[in-house]
Amino acid sequence: MRNPSLLFLIITGFAVSAIAPYLYRLLKVRFVWFGVAFPLALFTTFMLRYPHVASGVPVRESWSWVPSLGLDLSFMLDGLSLTFAMLVTLIGAAVFLYASVYLRHYEEADRFFGFIGMFMTSMLGVVLADNMLLLFLFWELTSISSFLLIGFNHHAATSRASALKALLVTGAGGLALLAGMLLLGSVTGSFEISSFYAMNDLITSHRLYPAIVALILVGAFTKSAQFPFHFWLPDAMAAPSPVSAYLHSATMVKAGIYLIARFNHEIGGTALWQDTILVAGAATMIFAGLLSYRQSDLKRLLAYSTLSVLGTLVMLLGIGSKLAIKAFFIYLIAHSLYKGTLFLVAGTLDHETGTRDVGKLGGLWKAMPVTAVTAALASFSMMGVIPLIGFIGKETLYKAVLEVQPWGQALIVLAVAASAFLVVVTFLVGFRPFLGKPRPELQKVHEAPVAMLVGPFILAFSGLMLGLFPDFFVGHLLEASSVSILSERLGIEIELWHGFNLVLLLSFVTLLAGVGLYLLRPIALSRMEGLHLPGLIKPSIWYEEALSGMLRFAAWLTSSLQNGDLRRYLVVIIFSALIPASLMLFSTGGFSVTLPADLSVTPYEIALTVIIVLATALLLTSDSRLKAIVSMGVLGFGVGIIFIIYGAPDVALTTFAIETLNVILFVLVLAHLPKFTKRSRATGRLRDGLIAASAGIFMTLTVLQVTSTDLSSRLKEYFGNASLPDGHGRNVVNVILVDFRALDTLGEITVLAIAAIGVFALLKLRTGKTD
Amino acid sequence: MHSLILSTSSRYLLVLLQLFSVFLLLRGHNEPGGGFAGGLVAAAAYALYFIANGVEEARRVFRFEPLTVVVAGLGVALVSTLPSILGGMEFMQSVWVKTGIPVIGKVGTPLLFDVGVYLLVLGITLKIVFSLAGEDEV
Repeated sequence: MRNPSLLFLIITGFAVSAIAPYLYRLLKVRFVWFGVAFPLALFTTFMLRYPHVASGVPVRESWSWVPSLGLDLSFMLDGLSLTFAMLVTLIGAAVFLYASVYLRHYEEADRFFGFIGMFMTSMLGVVLADNMLLLFLFWELTSISSFLLIGFNHHAATSRASALKALLVTGAGGLALLAGMLLLGSVTGSFEISSFYAMNDLITSHRLYPAIVALILVGAFTKSAQFPFHFWLPDAMAAPSPVSAYLHSATMVKAGIYLIARFNHEIGGTALWQDTILVAGAATMIFAGLLSYRQSDLKRLLAYSTLSVLGTLVMLLGIGSKLAIKAFFIYLIAHSLYKGTLFLVAGTLDHETGTRDVGKLGGLWKAMPVTAVTAALASFSMMGVIPLIGFIGKETLYKAVLEVQPWGQALIVLAVAASAFLVVVTFLVGFRPFLGKPRPELQKVHEAPVAMLVGPFILAFSGLMLGLFPDFFVGHLLEASSVSILSERLGIEIELWHGFNLVLLLSFVTLLAGVGLYLLRPIALSRMEGLHLPGLIKPSIWYEEALSGMLRFAAWLTSSLQNGDLRRYLVVIIFSALIPASLMLFSTGGFSVTLPADLSVTPYEIALTVIIVLATALLLTSDSRLKAIVSMGVLGFGVGIIFIIYGAPDVALTTFAIETLNVILFVLVLAHLPKFTKRSRATGRLRDGLIAASAGIFMTLTVLQVTSTDLSSRLKEYFGNASLPDGHGRNVVNVILVDFRALDTLGEITVLAIAAIGVFALLKLRTGKTD
Repeated sequence: MHSLILSTSSRYLLVLLQLFSVFLLLRGHNEPGGGFAGGLVAAAAYALYFIANGVEEARRVFRFEPLTVVVAGLGVALVSTLPSILGGMEFMQSVWVKTGIPVIGKVGTPLLFDVGVYLLVLGITLKIVFSLAGEDEV
């Protein structure tokens, strides 16, 4: 059977996500089967491509989409993409299965599946896209689906705030990323990532290179929550547990890491690139480890340990040696498997016991045996105990770090310390809830439904299988991936057992240190009580300050520009039109008026002028609003007649209709206005008079100037001639409006529609107040 | 203030003015008129009817919620851009069909677009008129 194209997979993914909510409402409990089948089907198509990709030949596809922007639907499936794609779909299957039971009692569970399907598809898009702009598109879609999922419990204010925080941080990073990509595109002249392979020298020697690196890394660091952008991730735990398992540990937060890996051999290799990510990664690794120590909520513990691991992965990319890439790859797979599992386990505990506080959990192994075994398997992998994949990951990590010159000694201390903190987290999350004496308040707790057990167990079990037969499962993928990251094969076999050496010793030290820290934790916590970090060094405070500062600025700007005084608006509008326009009028080419030779006037022109002037006088001196409105109507009709006389029947027709409706509207408003009194003082009236007069004089001068200049524009002629043959109409004004310049009209009527909604809302607001 | 003469004549005027507004709309491509002026005239017809018979009666005769008409107008205008997109032409390039029907003549996307403008202007004006007039009763 031929494999479906990658574009087809993506389109199907979005289509299925769109109908998923309706299917859920229709199928209810039986949705489970569908929820598993969909990601598994995707997983299978990627599995089928495994032999092809593992042999070192990437799959490529390209369709033209918006060629003028350089945006093509081009996809590439190489070792790196395939690894991510398989993780995304496999963990996706486990999460879909789990969530269809977990969310059974949520009110808006139907929506959830739409969101999470959209996320899965977008994430696949991120790792499959070869075109940078396309990648960016999917990148933003993952941010948006993350926003929707974090804020899923939108009744809670904290959920909404956390969702917004995640969106703003990753969204700002996304903008930086876009800017970086555009710069990169301008340097290389292409947006296809695969076309940069041979351009490393060109890019790294370009003067824009530092800017490109900075912008792309800001994008990657915000997404993957690297210091100092890490603070959104722990708050994102407001999302339901399946979301935390899927987006905020196993897949989405690794998008930034994917990006760094993807761009590594195109724009990497320089001190700037390597050192920046090495330092940022190492800092995140150790700080997150330290911060995890005082957490007591299951999910926050896991969140901080995720941060620490993300830092480790970034640091490994920064080291950039062959061994480091190998460690990166194994560590990445191991982490996705065990952390996905542990988040789901945390969700199960929350679901069955109603609490996520580690202090309140204990002795559950009898009540929840399967969950306990699953948690133990994942925990052993996380602690790096032989024979799980996590063990190989940590061994290789230590080896890679020891190789680093000249800071290897210092880095290894940090790496061991961070790993020790991971061990503490494992004890707290993976063992402590299950071990010890059964607690009386947890008597009634029972095992979770099967659908919530299968997924986590398979993920945890995969960790064991991968540990036992690493070369069989991931060896080829590693080779193919390293070609993508370093552009060369590693030629290193993955083995479980490396013999008794320094690295194994370090593994023991890590475990011992972890146990020690765990035992000391109660004492340490009581010592740390009341100890608060100063706000200045907390990046989350910077975020809060920046956000509230922006809102204050916006409030100040609004209240100073829009104070509600219509007169002031008029003055601003008139002067901002008048001043620049009169500068133009009197500066360029000088002001010169040549009056037309024929100055004779007809009697009806005189009559019309008299009517208009009289109406104006009446308007200004009237002592009631009704009189003013009527005289303004007269004035308007007078102007309309002028349009007729000078051959603009279209404009006249519209003017008449508008004047009529204006009078009606004014009369309607009249009923709501207070009694008419002359409130303005003489000085005020003088000021208004001056403003009005200057506007009038300006218009007169402009008209005189325009009529005395020879208009060499051939537009009039062009439209006049083209109207009938091209526009099929003799009314030039109308043809221009609906055909030649129809796009302008479309914009205008859209604005009109929005204005109507605005008027409606304002009136509603008023009636609301009087109620 | 209720005037029997105005109230009776407004019924006939409503129909006549509406016909006139459609006439303006259709002939707009060749003679003075068009969707904007047509829409305003149609709105003025209902405004007259409202002055004579009160806002509730006018709302009833108009039948639709004005905002729905606004949305419909915008929708029609957007639909008129579809042939150019689907045909792979410049955005909003006009497409004409010769119907051979007298009076209407050729039908094309610009006419459809003008119908959209007509509906939108009618809807907006009536929304404002009805909202302002309806305030008294609240």
